[in-house]
Amino acid sequence: MHDVGAAFAAAFRLIGEGDAAFFAIVGLSLRVTLTAVAIAALIGLPLGAGLAIARFPGRSAVIVAVNALMGLPPVVAGLILFLILSRSGPLGGLGWLYTPRAMIAAQALLVLPIVVALTRQTIEDLWSEYREHLASLGLTGRRAIPTLLWDARFSLATALLAGFGRASAEVGAVLIVGGNIAGATRTMTTAITLETSKGDLPLALGLGLVLLALTLAINAAAFGASRVGARVAGAT
Amino acid sequence: MREAASILPLAVEGLAYAAGGARLIAEVSFTLPAGGVVAVLGSNGAGKSLLLRLCHGLLAPGAGTIRWAAADGAIGGRRRHAMVFQKPVMLRRSARDNVAHALRAAGASRSEAAMRADAALARYGLADLAQRPARLMSGGEQQRLAIARAAALEPHLMFLDEPCSQLDPGATRQVEAMLADLSARGVTLMMATHDLAQARRLASRVLFLDRGRLLADAPAADFFTSPPGAEARAFLAGELTWS
Amino acid sequence: MTKIVRRALLAAGLTLAMAGATPAQTPFITVSSTTSTQDSGLFGHILPLFRAKTGIEVRVVAQGTGQALDTGRRGDADVVFVHARAQETKFVEDGFGVERRPVMYNDFVLIGPKADPAGLKGQKDVAAALKAIAEKGAPFVSRGDRSGTHAAELALWKTAGVDIEKAKGPWYREIGQGMGAALNTAGAMGAYVLADRGTWISFKNRGELDIAVEGDRRLFNQYGVILVDARKHAHVKTKEGQAFIDWLTGPDGQKAIADYRIEGQQLFFPNATQPGA
Repeated sequence: MHDVGAAFAAAFRLIGEGDAAFFAIVGLSLRVTLTAVAIAALIGLPLGAGLAIARFPGRSAVIVAVNALMGLPPVVAGLILFLILSRSGPLGGLGWLYTPRAMIAAQALLVLPIVVALTRQTIEDLWSEYREHLASLGLTGRRAIPTLLWDARFSLATALLAGFGRASAEVGAVLIVGGNIAGATRTMTTAITLETSKGDLPLALGLGLVLLALTLAINAAAFGASRVGARVAGAT
Repeated sequence: MREAASILPLAVEGLAYAAGGARLIAEVSFTLPAGGVVAVLGSNGAGKSLLLRLCHGLLAPGAGTIRWAAADGAIGGRRRHAMVFQKPVMLRRSARDNVAHALRAAGASRSEAAMRADAALARYGLADLAQRPARLMSGGEQQRLAIARAAALEPHLMFLDEPCSQLDPGATRQVEAMLADLSARGVTLMMATHDLAQARRLASRVLFLDRGRLLADAPAADFFTSPPGAEARAFLAGELTWS
Repeated sequence: MTKIVRRALLAAGLTLAMAGATPAQTPFITVSSTTSTQDSGLFGHILPLFRAKTGIEVRVVAQGTGQALDTGRRGDADVVFVHARAQETKFVEDGFGVERRPVMYNDFVLIGPKADPAGLKGQKDVAAALKAIAEKGAPFVSRGDRSGTHAAELALWKTAGVDIEKAKGPWYREIGQGMGAALNTAGAMGAYVLADRGTWISFKNRGELDIAVEGDRRLFNQYGVILVDARKHAHVKTKEGQAFIDWLTGPDGQKAIADYRIEGQQLFFPNATQPGA
């Protein structure tokens, strides 16, 4: 029990003392995760919508594969990217390994299947409702996608939040491709891993509490915004 | 509606449509000149909705031709026939944006779409509802919005699939007033309905379908006073005893 | 479809490019090193001093010694800083490293539960102690991760005359993790574990753990530093990497290492000039 107390004390001390290194870690975590989610959204939303309305042989197999990739272990994603980005790998020339770019790419890779799969599901439901009207307006095929994405925006926000949750919580991928370098690629989760291995469990748990609080705040803000928005647009 | 050219007359010839081995529309031929209100009558499953969807291009016919006076029913790249569905499809946007969206899809610029949307809402007494989320409006309001949305596209021909089947008498009167206005402004209407009283009030011509076949094509007055054929007589008698 | 996806991919690429851009790049090198040096806090002490002197930032990726050497072999680090003499020599002989230089040593300690199930109290001979553990089947946590500490542990079993491949049983737990994790595990299981003294001194979650055996000469742990050879990996930052090695093995670096203390205890002993180290 006193460990938990010490953890809360550590959490408040971290925030209260305004330690620059700590805020750099928090900042990097947010930057990496939010960028990864943004990239996954830019690719995944149109891709998911396309998958929802397109009919082609092997479509079911693609859907199953995407759904399965939602469970891709972060360590595996990290390892694959590591092999690609390593100096001895095909994209080694980029020099991305052990930089935030590699971490962003790894997290985007983890978030993308979630965004694609949830978007596909959401858009397919909406598509069955909208199809005839949109076809009547001449919006068939990919021309229907912008309307569908916009009208599903509140449900899709939830998909992005799910992706954010996966990215912000994962440690396996960023540890492998980022290297947990102090001041360069150390994030909240890799710092927690490090402090755990150093045996400073209260500090590790304190960091965990801060991460939890941040995740909670972002979820609450997004949830609130999309609820209000949905009510205003009558999308509930 | 002041354009010299019109997409009408519409010439339908030998139209057929089958699904799952069942022939749902067979050998339907008719010509639709500009003007008037055409009621498509028939019992449930006669193929009324299918006929409208085939003509509007939502379904591809199995056989036969649908020929417009202008290619593809479009003039200047814009399709000049619109459709209103039995259950109006409301986008998750305001009433005004629903209309504007349709106009944008037809190629209007953002500002032009906004302007024409406001004009359409004002003409049909929906200006007060412009900012309301369309999906939170009543059934009657939604159907009026759907018609206003279609009308904003300035179609030469409007297809309507049982537009009043889910409305109360008050809302039905409002919708009928809108249709009368559209007709008076030169928009040709082709409307599937099972409401014979409504057909009597509005229609100038009747297409009577029975099990996918066009059994009667007559001026409305003639159809109701002396229905041609046993099926039409039975239909009118049956519907009357039911209503 | 393709057009939208292409546009989205382009936007995504731009976002990534912008997100990764670091303003006014300071020169930096990547050093692959061991968990023991990082977990003990040594780098946190000496790297700022090096940076203040040269303006070069050192980015440390902490791994087990075997993995750290692999990282160098793949060309993903400019400098390797590890502690496993035989593997270091092979690394240089295979052409991946320019030259190995000794830097410092610390020593290993055999850690065990205060209850002392193997009866090691007062034992000064690490070989005898390990033999006793194996014979009694007292729980023992092995790093099992090809790290320098793991290599040292395996060498000590050999010295003790125990064929660990044959003797291993349920009492011998290979966890495949870093030093801190091994200590956490040993604490939770009431097991013995071989640790480097630096990590032990700075380890905060000791619980029922204490030093069982220390001071045996066979427990000394020598660190070496190697510049990755640019003839294998052309992008290696030879100039900056060499500057770091020169500083580390020069008077300033050696003094910085000697000055690092936790709770008054010196963790690492510089010996760059000692022949044969």
